[in-house]
Amino acid sequence: MQTNQIIALFIGALLLLGLIAFFLGRAKATRVRAGGTAMYAQPDQYAWFTVVSTAGPALAVSAVGGFLLLLLGAEIPTLYLLAGSLLVACLGLAIGIFMVRPDFHARQAIERVIRWVLAGAALISILTTFGILISIVGEALRFFQMQSFWEFITGTTWNPGASFLQAAGRAEEGSSTAQFGSVPLFAGTFMITAVAMLVAIPVGLLAAIYMAEFAPKRVRTLAKPTLEVLAGIPTVVYGFFAAITVAPIIVSVAGFFGLEASFNNALAPGIVMGIMIIPFISSLSDDVINSVPDSMRQGSLALGMTQGETIRDVVIPAALPGIISASLLAVSRAMGETMIVVMAAGMRPNLTANPLEDMTTVTVRIVAALTGDQEFASAETLSAFALGLVLFVVTLSLNLVSVIMIRRFREKYRVNNL
Amino acid sequence: MSQSFDDISAQLKRRHRQSTHLKWVSMGALGLAGLFLVLFFADMLVKGLPAFQQAQIQVQVDYSEQARQLPLAALNEEVRPLVSRGYLRLIPRRIQENPQLLGTTRMEWVLADSQVDQYLKGHHSKLKPGEQSVVERLQAQGRAELKFNTTFFTNGDSKMPELAGIASAAMGTLLTLVVTLAIAFPIGVMTAVYLEEFAADNRLTQAIEININNLAAIPSILFGLLGLAIFINFFGVPRSSPLVGGLTLALMTLPVIIIATRTALRSVPESIRHAAFGVGCSRWQVVRDHVLPLALPGIMTGSIIGMAQAMGETAPLIIVGMVAFIPDVTNSFTEAATVLPAQIFTWAGEPDRAFVEKTSGGILVLLAVLITLNATAVVLRKKFERRW
Repeated sequence: MQTNQIIALFIGALLLLGLIAFFLGRAKATRVRAGGTAMYAQPDQYAWFTVVSTAGPALAVSAVGGFLLLLLGAEIPTLYLLAGSLLVACLGLAIGIFMVRPDFHARQAIERVIRWVLAGAALISILTTFGILISIVGEALRFFQMQSFWEFITGTTWNPGASFLQAAGRAEEGSSTAQFGSVPLFAGTFMITAVAMLVAIPVGLLAAIYMAEFAPKRVRTLAKPTLEVLAGIPTVVYGFFAAITVAPIIVSVAGFFGLEASFNNALAPGIVMGIMIIPFISSLSDDVINSVPDSMRQGSLALGMTQGETIRDVVIPAALPGIISASLLAVSRAMGETMIVVMAAGMRPNLTANPLEDMTTVTVRIVAALTGDQEFASAETLSAFALGLVLFVVTLSLNLVSVIMIRRFREKYRVNNL
Repeated sequence: MSQSFDDISAQLKRRHRQSTHLKWVSMGALGLAGLFLVLFFADMLVKGLPAFQQAQIQVQVDYSEQARQLPLAALNEEVRPLVSRGYLRLIPRRIQENPQLLGTTRMEWVLADSQVDQYLKGHHSKLKPGEQSVVERLQAQGRAELKFNTTFFTNGDSKMPELAGIASAAMGTLLTLVVTLAIAFPIGVMTAVYLEEFAADNRLTQAIEININNLAAIPSILFGLLGLAIFINFFGVPRSSPLVGGLTLALMTLPVIIIATRTALRSVPESIRHAAFGVGCSRWQVVRDHVLPLALPGIMTGSIIGMAQAMGETAPLIIVGMVAFIPDVTNSFTEAATVLPAQIFTWAGEPDRAFVEKTSGGILVLLAVLITLNATAVVLRKKFERRW
């Protein structure tokens, strides 16, 4: 028999046992109650308890067994494992039926089980973070065993080309050795992020000011969801837009001014990324500006300040922590953005200050390293995890700072819905 | 210091002018953002709408004995280069399946080569001048037309632009999203119910909360690294499969669903819970019978938005290998598949000009589905939103 069939059989048997447990449990509870004894719970609750006591331990046993099988490579044949689980299920069924007594709190028992199951589900999000951390850190450590950490942080040449020869044990044949200096990648990431912020922060912030302070209610209710559409467009679509439409425009505009621009210039992905981030900044800033207490505006207007001065000198300074927090989140978003840069930015690591040249970014190199056909243990593939680690650390710190800022704002003005 | 009345009124005028400036500038910023949106959609429509039409030409097909060996022989020399090679390749099989065709000659509408298609649409085309005049003559006779492109919706990927379609990618997206929903929805709702209704406010709960907010802000590509290292290398889930893609996206969608569900649960007033406790419900009974049904519209809205996000996501799926070339529609969770955004990415990398149109066409389909999903979410929210 194939493993799939065995598993299907197991599930079928377990379902059948569960069904039997339900009816036996209910029958017993009904019988006891019909005898005139007062019980702590309803027959259905006893029935469900028997189901839980039948299926729960059996599933736990098979899960633990499966885990051992996968992780520790323990040699337990699937057939024996599942047969054992079914045995446990039968045992659980017997115990469950035995437990159906008037003085047993079936409802509370179920309640406890449900609480544990829910808590288990909540733990999965923690496990995900740990999973990301372990997978990235583990592989990054393997990378740093091959390459020097210092070289990675300070080197200005990213040339992984020869690493697959080294992995194949033919290092001498390659004329140059692989170099993993990540500075040009971070320079590219920084440049594109900076361009994106130059577009997104002014436009997003001003749009938020207009929506929160000037706009009539009708415009506001229409403009906000319309802007959200910009955030809902998939990044791969933006990437195509940047590469096919925006980049040629930039090249011809630059040509008009007598400048030479590459078709993979850093400006196009930067601008398009900025457009993508506008709703992110405008929406958050709008919420923050709206939660600045009205008494502050009224006080300022009562002193004879114009509406513009009130906004500039009272509202914005008050909302500043929130605005900075939104901007930091936006920066972290821009740094981790992948598709736009993969499609529109260059592949060549290039350390330059000219946004019209082609530059590459951290995320581009991660994708390039993992979509090639090198074997997994080669230094180039592992370098993706080292870059991922740096990306993780940077975005995480930006997010944390941003959370602290918004909390400070919230405490100052006692706003709860941010 | 004394100022004349004129000075002050001039100053006042200037200050009010500045105030008006700010109003106009900020309005302009909003307008600019709107303009971006309009330009973007206009560009996509202009580029993508032609993809829904495809050139077909009416040619005389000669199902001769020779054509069974050499499909090219079925057509006269003049139109041979104009017909899609994908169509020619099928001629022997059609004769085999339908033996009475053999020896007949028919006029048939057949799929034209993508260069003919580009030529008829007025784009740059690599047709030779002689071929161009043939196409023009056919067009004048009504034998070359742009017709609705059904191939685009029924075919998988192909190296020939006229045969490339989104069917396999759409199927892959569907399978992947089924996995994502099946995992992210129950776990997300359970986590939210635990945090809102069951958990005491202790260190563990706070850790989980901070953690969820962080997960929501982690770059999506890192989830791809997780999928590669844990699901593929460690647990041995097949690479490129909807299963591994769905698992990866599920972890990414989880925070969205959790946050939306918590908001929905929080908006159910305490009085409902008090009333249910008052008649002797246990905590789980309160949640199951009273709180969850009332919060359900909010949960559904959040989940639809989360699914829409997952549907447009590409980066983590590239990392777990879902950019494969998939010519046939598969419906297995463990075989290699591709998804719509990944298909768009693949086509965007094709050098052939005709693929630009396919890419934009795929984008239009993707955007249409996403907008429908989001509009459904908005309608759902409007319809079931309750003010307590």
